[in-house]
Amino acid sequence: MHSALPTLNSALQTVAYIVAGILFILSLRGLSSQETARRGNRYGIIGMAAAVVATTLCADKVAYAPLLGALVVGAAIGAFMAARVAMTAMPELVALLHSFVGAAAVIVGYASYLDPAGHAGSRTVLLIEIFVDVFIGALTFTGSVIAFGKLRGSISGKPILLPARHMLNLALVVGSVVFGVMYVQAPEATGLVPLLVMTGLSGILGVHLVVAIGGADMPVVVSMLNSYSGWTASAAGFMLSNDLLIVVGALVGSSGAILSYIMCRAMNRSIWNVIFGGFGAAPPAGAPKPAAPVGDVKEVTLDETAEALKNAKEVVFVPGYGMAVARAQHAVQQISEILRKQGTNVRFAIHPVAGRLPGHMNVLLAEAAVPYDIVLEMDEINADFPRTDVVMVVGANDIVNPGAQTDASSPIYGMPVLEVWKAKQVVILKRSRGAGYAGVDNPLFYESNSAMLLGDAKKTMDSLLGKLRGE
Amino acid sequence: MRLGVPKEVFPGERRVAATPETVKKLKDLGFTVVIERGAGEGASFSDAAYEQAGAELSDAPGIWGGSDLVIKVRPPTLAEADTLKEGATLISFIWKLANPELVERLAARKANVLAMEMIPRTTRAQKMDALSSTANLVGYRAVIEAAAHFGSFFTQQITAAGKVPPAKILIIGAGVAGLACIGTARGLGAVVRAFDTRPAVREQVQSMGAEFLEVQIQEDADGGGGYAKEMSPAFIEAEMALFAAQAKEVDIVITTALIPNKPAPKLWLKSHVEAMKPGSVIIDLASEQGGNCDLTVKDQVVVHNGVKVVGFTDYPSRLSGTASQLYGMNLVHLLTDLGGGTKWNVNLEDEIIRGASLIHKGELLPPAAPINPSPAKPAAPKPAAAAPAAAAAAPAPAPSAPAKSHGGHGGHGGGGSGEASPAMKWVGIFLLVAWLGLRFGVNPAGAGDMTGAATFLQHLTVFVLACFIGWQVVWNVTPALHTPLMSVTNAISGIILVGGMLQTREPLGAAAWLGTAAILLATINIAGGFLVTQRMLKMFRK
Repeated sequence: MHSALPTLNSALQTVAYIVAGILFILSLRGLSSQETARRGNRYGIIGMAAAVVATTLCADKVAYAPLLGALVVGAAIGAFMAARVAMTAMPELVALLHSFVGAAAVIVGYASYLDPAGHAGSRTVLLIEIFVDVFIGALTFTGSVIAFGKLRGSISGKPILLPARHMLNLALVVGSVVFGVMYVQAPEATGLVPLLVMTGLSGILGVHLVVAIGGADMPVVVSMLNSYSGWTASAAGFMLSNDLLIVVGALVGSSGAILSYIMCRAMNRSIWNVIFGGFGAAPPAGAPKPAAPVGDVKEVTLDETAEALKNAKEVVFVPGYGMAVARAQHAVQQISEILRKQGTNVRFAIHPVAGRLPGHMNVLLAEAAVPYDIVLEMDEINADFPRTDVVMVVGANDIVNPGAQTDASSPIYGMPVLEVWKAKQVVILKRSRGAGYAGVDNPLFYESNSAMLLGDAKKTMDSLLGKLRGE
Repeated sequence: MRLGVPKEVFPGERRVAATPETVKKLKDLGFTVVIERGAGEGASFSDAAYEQAGAELSDAPGIWGGSDLVIKVRPPTLAEADTLKEGATLISFIWKLANPELVERLAARKANVLAMEMIPRTTRAQKMDALSSTANLVGYRAVIEAAAHFGSFFTQQITAAGKVPPAKILIIGAGVAGLACIGTARGLGAVVRAFDTRPAVREQVQSMGAEFLEVQIQEDADGGGGYAKEMSPAFIEAEMALFAAQAKEVDIVITTALIPNKPAPKLWLKSHVEAMKPGSVIIDLASEQGGNCDLTVKDQVVVHNGVKVVGFTDYPSRLSGTASQLYGMNLVHLLTDLGGGTKWNVNLEDEIIRGASLIHKGELLPPAAPINPSPAKPAAPKPAAAAPAAAAAAPAPAPSAPAKSHGGHGGHGGGGSGEASPAMKWVGIFLLVAWLGLRFGVNPAGAGDMTGAATFLQHLTVFVLACFIGWQVVWNVTPALHTPLMSVTNAISGIILVGGMLQTREPLGAAAWLGTAAILLATINIAGGFLVTQRMLKMFRK
């Protein structure tokens, strides 16, 4: 791939890279349906193996010992993590893994700076490429670490909004560029200091960007970081003159970007609003105070809920993050199974931004062995709510908030929601009467056809299961 | 352009291809409309009404010999076909497999022929889909006929004079006609059950308020294009047992099962008929294709052991006014896509027009490649089918048409790589060629070494190409798999490992050790990402 005349080795490597690239594309393509998804994943693994083997065999002067050592240790750690992680902790794991990609990119950038041998073309281009790689890499790294902390709960999910944060962001970017210019102009390897400073600034930017985003917007953040990790790999490809890195990075980058876009669409917000909006904080000045919902919140007992479910012909479960946190998906699945055996038509309604990852609820329900053909998307099921006898909202709040359609002063106004209030009866499982992640009061709770079943989702669902089994 | 509408000559056919209302629309499209005298009689449209709408009246030879375009319902007779003006266009049902000689004669007239039954069953073509609009009518009318032949209420009645149980109706085949039957029968208050060999229609059946009957054998009969295929002997045995049990319970059976280009499958055997209560009614909508019931006689009502077997085939004509209006509107929509009278163009690039075109300028066209009507989605209900005119899009707002979610999906030209728009394809090809040229071809420096700019340009092209492919592929990913998508792309982005490997070189300096560290981190990512994806995907099951 490098400046040398084409040798057998480099030809072999090119072929292997093309094969790997195609396998990665097939891998993403496989995910277009559940039937082909597993095959897709296998293509990805084969592609990765091909890339690794080809690189090892074809590069010159390989230091095999550290290379193989790192491979084996890394694979072992990764496998261990993958085997141990609970499905509910999936968002954290994904965020953590993103941070590794970011860190690796930064490290590769530094290594490339210290040892630029093998790069074709001008030094300035190389330095700029290193700059881009390190900048995005550092941002991805710190951003992902913060996202990881937020998803784990070790950092508060509330957005932290510093005063003049937009200026701060701008200053950080400008600062990075300034130090970037200094480092590019520095002779030989003396640019290391400005490069380090620049990395630091970019890291702070990553922290600041993610800290300011509220917990409810985490699906967007995670997919954005996913996108960044792709772009950073692509930048590394430019830097190392390696087509495979460019291709794969671009694939991942566009995938993450599309996912972020889809999530934003689902929330009826622009991506800029998510990144810079500081959503869930004080309402904009001058906005009319949201009309306080009138009426009382009713509570319902376990027995009443069990009775209602037994008598219903059409039941829809609406799972939210609360179900994930309480790990109630198995209990929910068993309840749905009992109802299905009785001949009840049970379905699951999934809002596109339910949970903390795109598709989060689908994964949890799949883990609990809920057949995927009864798991429906918002558009597919919204029309059916008027016919539904009982809707069980399990740990969801904002995605079933009628205020999104009626209350123009609501921060989530305009976001498409599941229209559960149209059903004959709505039972809301909730830990407390508090507001959802978006910090918005929910008029649904005051509707005459809705009632609360307070308590931990898992315990409540387990007890409900007991009642339905007639224990 | 002169558009002619002849009177239908098939015995018992009371429909007509244009109503006074559609004549106005046809005139707006720029056609001069000529109607055969008495063409609308069967559907209660008088010649005067047509004239008032702006049509001219003529006789049959004037229509066939003097029109540039003839629209009609039934396939023309051979005699009619021979009088078609040379080079003219004909739009009607043709049923080419049943009428090979007709097709030859039409080709001999150097005609353009568009067959209504060949219109692709895609979302865009729905407004022209005469099979669906007809099937809907047939389903409705079938229930009305059943009610007329059935000697009791449909709905349960508890009156001072005593209690009447509700009628129990079994619908076999849940295509558009079947679903329309369900809707109508439910509306009259009956208890409705439906059976179909394709599990995908279960939801549509349930959404219409019927119970979906199943046999305990896993076999999907979806033969594509919204039709069912033939089933295995084991399945048929189980099916027959199910029907035998149902025969004892139900009062009315409506069968709508068809398999394309084959005689209708025999599903309701003589023994089933004999197991039914006297006074029960069987409506066989597959009568024209030989019938689903052993005892069906075409166009007649047979009574066997007190059970009436109705074999009518003229249901659309029994609603001739509405049937004509709907069919007429299907034609108006098709003619709009053909450019109307002013910009007339039989554009074979258009997938709907290509699909419906049987003969183009006297040349018999090979069947068009099938178009996948629904986006790739596992649980997406396939367009329903299996009626005398089985079809896409249920008649009622059933959850059939799998509306593309998130809007975003829809915004992107269908997303499917199979349906990528030609423009997108060309962009892709252009990028590919540009890359190949830069990679292997012209070397601007002329020397063995590529210049920095050329290298950069080549990389940039690769980058754009890959973004483009990523864009195409990712829109296809089903929303349920977004988490696996993320973890798999996460694993793949561990490709940064290659960067680390390139740095890990002898002699071991700082760069090499940094490279090693990068390998370590990236490998954790790769192994973790792929394995966790594998774990997740294993859980998705039907």
